Amino acid sequence: MGFFVLMWAFFHKLGSPRWFYEISGKWLPWLSLLALSCLILGAVWGLAFAPPDFKQGNSYRIIFIHVPAAAVSMACYMVMAFAAAIHLIWKMKLADVVMRSCAPIGAALTLIALFTGSIWGKPTWGTWWVWDARITSVLILFFLYLGVLALYEAFENAESASKASAVLSLVGCVNVPIIYWSVEWWYSLHQPATIKLTEESTIHPDMLYPLLVMLCGFYAFFVVALLLFSRSEILYRERKTKWVKALAAA
Amino acid sequence: MHPVRKQRLIVVLLIVAGSAIAVALAAYALRSNINLFYPPSDIAAGKAPVGKNMRAGGMVLEGSVKRDPDSLRVDFIVTDYSANVPVTYVGILPDLFDEGQGVVASGQLNEQGVFIATEVLAKHDENYMPPEVQSALDAAQQNGDKAAAPLN
Repeated sequence: MGFFVLMWAFFHKLGSPRWFYEISGKWLPWLSLLALSCLILGAVWGLAFAPPDFKQGNSYRIIFIHVPAAAVSMACYMVMAFAAAIHLIWKMKLADVVMRSCAPIGAALTLIALFTGSIWGKPTWGTWWVWDARITSVLILFFLYLGVLALYEAFENAESASKASAVLSLVGCVNVPIIYWSVEWWYSLHQPATIKLTEESTIHPDMLYPLLVMLCGFYAFFVVALLLFSRSEILYRERKTKWVKALAAA
Repeated sequence: MHPVRKQRLIVVLLIVAGSAIAVALAAYALRSNINLFYPPSDIAAGKAPVGKNMRAGGMVLEGSVKRDPDSLRVDFIVTDYSANVPVTYVGILPDLFDEGQGVVASGQLNEQGVFIATEVLAKHDENYMPPEVQSALDAAQQNGDKAAAPLN
């Protein structure tokens, strides 16, 4: 019971952009350190020390960028859709800020996933691009992010802009499970999942561990980027308040 | 919960449910187009169009690859281990193309039931392992040690 009271108090505090700005400033250095160390460790481990694959040789190493970018791009969308729901229901200012901040990060990560996948596809499959269910649904994810960004800019009134973007985010969240299961529901060129939650992963541990470190690094990087975007958005939106003016004067 | 917020929560859930149903219906209606290729058993059952551009996918049957010594022509059989489709292709195959590997070929099925491919793509599976592990597995298999199953 005490936990729920604490969570509720935390939820209410989140309603204050100023409180969020101050607390996130304290988290940032630690999260940045975590992200940076995981990304460096994972990249060096994966690219230089992990063994080559028995069929693909060294070209499989793009997995260390491609898979984390793709996984976080979908997680980012769920965060954005969740923030959209909170914004629509509770009209929480911070939720709107988070939703707005997720869109450019998610768009960048999706683009990285598409780009690295294409580079890998040429030597492995023999083509840069194919309109299979997985690749097409990830392309739709990319356009959804761009759509959310565009809708924000399409309205003069900030209130209507965030409402419209929130509805689009919610509608688009249907796409995320489609991306995840597309390789099982339909015949596709893209292979099914290698890292499985319910059964043993079909990747050798020497390759899996650096991949998990990279995944951790990408998630940490996402949180860092989200905090940085949110903080600058908060400063912009609250630019007329006393505390931001005091911060700028200091 | 405040009644206004409760109402908004219901609206949010309706938006998600409504779009999910719409997408599910669209995907159901387009299901044959969302599939990238036809498996050999669908082709054998006559579900695939003859003389139209489409894709066939499956595994390359072991021992079925015949390379023409004078040209880039390759003949092989695509199988899903319940039906077979013979494929003819003239061109360069991707590096991963091999017997027992997945492929997706695009082209046309002719009247004789032979698939004339204009492009052959290799379908990679979800297994990743170092070469030493694979050779150890092969050696174990040759020794008749069935206990050493592959990673999956």
